[in-house]
Amino acid sequence: MSEAAVKVETEVEVLKADPKRLSRGRLVWRRFLRNKTAVFGAFGILFLVFLAVFGSSILYWKFDDIDTQSFLAPPSESHLLGATRAGRDVLALTVRGLGKSLLIGFLVALMSTTIAALVGASAAYLGGWWEKFALWIVDLLLVVPSFFLIAVASRGAPEGDAAWIILALLLAVFAWPLSARVVRSLTLSIREREYVLAAKFMGLSSFRIIVRHILPNASSLLIIDATLGVGYAILSETGLSYFGFGVQPPDTSLGTLIGEGARMATTFPWVFLGPATVLVFLVLCVNAVGDGLRDALDPSSASGGQA
Amino acid sequence: MLRYIGRRLLNYAVLLFVAISLTFVLAATQLNPRALFQLRQPPIEPAIIDQQLLKYNLSDNVPLLERYWIWLTGVFRGDWGKSPLGVDVAQQISTRMWVSLRLLLIGTLAGILIGVAVGAWSATRQYKLSDRSITAVSLLIISTPAFVVAHLTQIVATWYNNTSRTRTFEFIGEAGDVGDYPLADLVDRAQHLLLPTFVLLILGAASMSRIQRNLMLDSLGADYVRTARAKGLRESKAVMKHALRTALIPTGTYFAFSVATMFVGATFTERIFSFPGIGQYGVDTITNRDVYGVVAVTAFAGVCVLAGAVLSDIMVAILDPRVRLQ
Repeated sequence: MSEAAVKVETEVEVLKADPKRLSRGRLVWRRFLRNKTAVFGAFGILFLVFLAVFGSSILYWKFDDIDTQSFLAPPSESHLLGATRAGRDVLALTVRGLGKSLLIGFLVALMSTTIAALVGASAAYLGGWWEKFALWIVDLLLVVPSFFLIAVASRGAPEGDAAWIILALLLAVFAWPLSARVVRSLTLSIREREYVLAAKFMGLSSFRIIVRHILPNASSLLIIDATLGVGYAILSETGLSYFGFGVQPPDTSLGTLIGEGARMATTFPWVFLGPATVLVFLVLCVNAVGDGLRDALDPSSASGGQA
Repeated sequence: MLRYIGRRLLNYAVLLFVAISLTFVLAATQLNPRALFQLRQPPIEPAIIDQQLLKYNLSDNVPLLERYWIWLTGVFRGDWGKSPLGVDVAQQISTRMWVSLRLLLIGTLAGILIGVAVGAWSATRQYKLSDRSITAVSLLIISTPAFVVAHLTQIVATWYNNTSRTRTFEFIGEAGDVGDYPLADLVDRAQHLLLPTFVLLILGAASMSRIQRNLMLDSLGADYVRTARAKGLRESKAVMKHALRTALIPTGTYFAFSVATMFVGATFTERIFSFPGIGQYGVDTITNRDVYGVVAVTAFAGVCVLAGAVLSDIMVAILDPRVRLQ
């Protein structure tokens, strides 16, 4: 019996054992689980989120503890990742910075994908002057160097505990244009579908049609966009904080820590290596999950056609 | 055709003008050059600060629109303004863009070439061990920010220098101690370029190889490649002449874009390896509350991006036989 025939037979058995049709959610879930890298990434993110939330209560050192015995101490039993110049534990600081970077990353991705979805879909659906205007704003935001402008705007922003929220807003404002373009071109084809036309002739408002009928049908794209947006946002935030523009002390993020450690990177590498490793691992996990989701959700991807 | 190009260029010019004007408003309201003088020790008298700020059109006592008008009329005369300490902004840009170009030329071009070669090759070996390992390595490099890569190479280089007791790797500035043997100057420059070029190369090659692999996979599965094989062409010929050539068209646009934006510099690499290029200048202008510097860097970057867009359109027209200009 040839290999293909065996495969068909086993699939028939599977179908017999489970007479229910595979729902789309289960199909996507199965495809995602088949991608080992993506599953690894998902566990990695869960682990990091767990560490960021509960880390401070598990770890012995607090981020603001100062160990006067060990200024710039290399990694040892008492300080697993070493200590900084001020005698602070690198691991505790990293966990605290990780929390802020994660928070900003997820918040920015959520905001920018929401803006991209609403602007992109409404531009394509409504057309006319609004479409022209929206596309023009997209072009405008793509022409300027966003990194510098966020840095300029965050310099003049008010300081204090809520300063990171303003930073997140600024990152989101500059992050949505490219995705909005993609959403728009997808909506151009969705808006001609029968169900959208039916909803329109039933007298539904444009806003409801966009939110209830168009965006759910672009959801694969939006989910992928949001996931990859998390990685992009974390990289932008750490980049800005590295230069001292983003998250301001006493608040801390992975970028701030890396920036501090980088000044002594060649002589006392551990202050730099701890947060840098966590950052790379985090972005790697996010990218792996994003790639896995793309393969699982996109019908034209390599694993398309297979259950 | 000419009318189409003309309208497009006019649209770009308006876009750029609005972008620069908005940047001016943002920089002039957010950077507050007065703080630069207020922090001085011993303190400077407020009247003198006012005078200094007024001299360079930076005073916040003058209405924003008036400052904008003074600056704008200056720009039309070719004067892009001065920093709060009186350094001419346009001159900085014109010298620093060449520093950025010197730093980026080899790294960017080699990065694209290697990325294209690696990506195309790994696509032909899809899901084999070599393809999987290349994909894993490039995913790792893409997930590593430029500043981490740069500092890691510095750590490794320092470690090597210390253990071998040599100064093989240099990583501060464009040039340093020059020995007195023939061509010493060239060797010294090459030594300083080595590490930053390596950083740019692997970052560029990693992202390019991902893009090229996807493009190549699309074209390898295309009907015309199967036809080429079916009519009896050898595998290598079908891949090189039929699949790779079409997969290179989008790469051409990417290439044109990268060449144009090379002048804008690589902010992190320049800063970490102390190359005084445009990227580093951009960061310095913000730290030094240099309003006109920020505006000039933004304008320069905008011109480069739009030039890149035009260049890549031309590239498509040249490379893609489906695009007809008539």
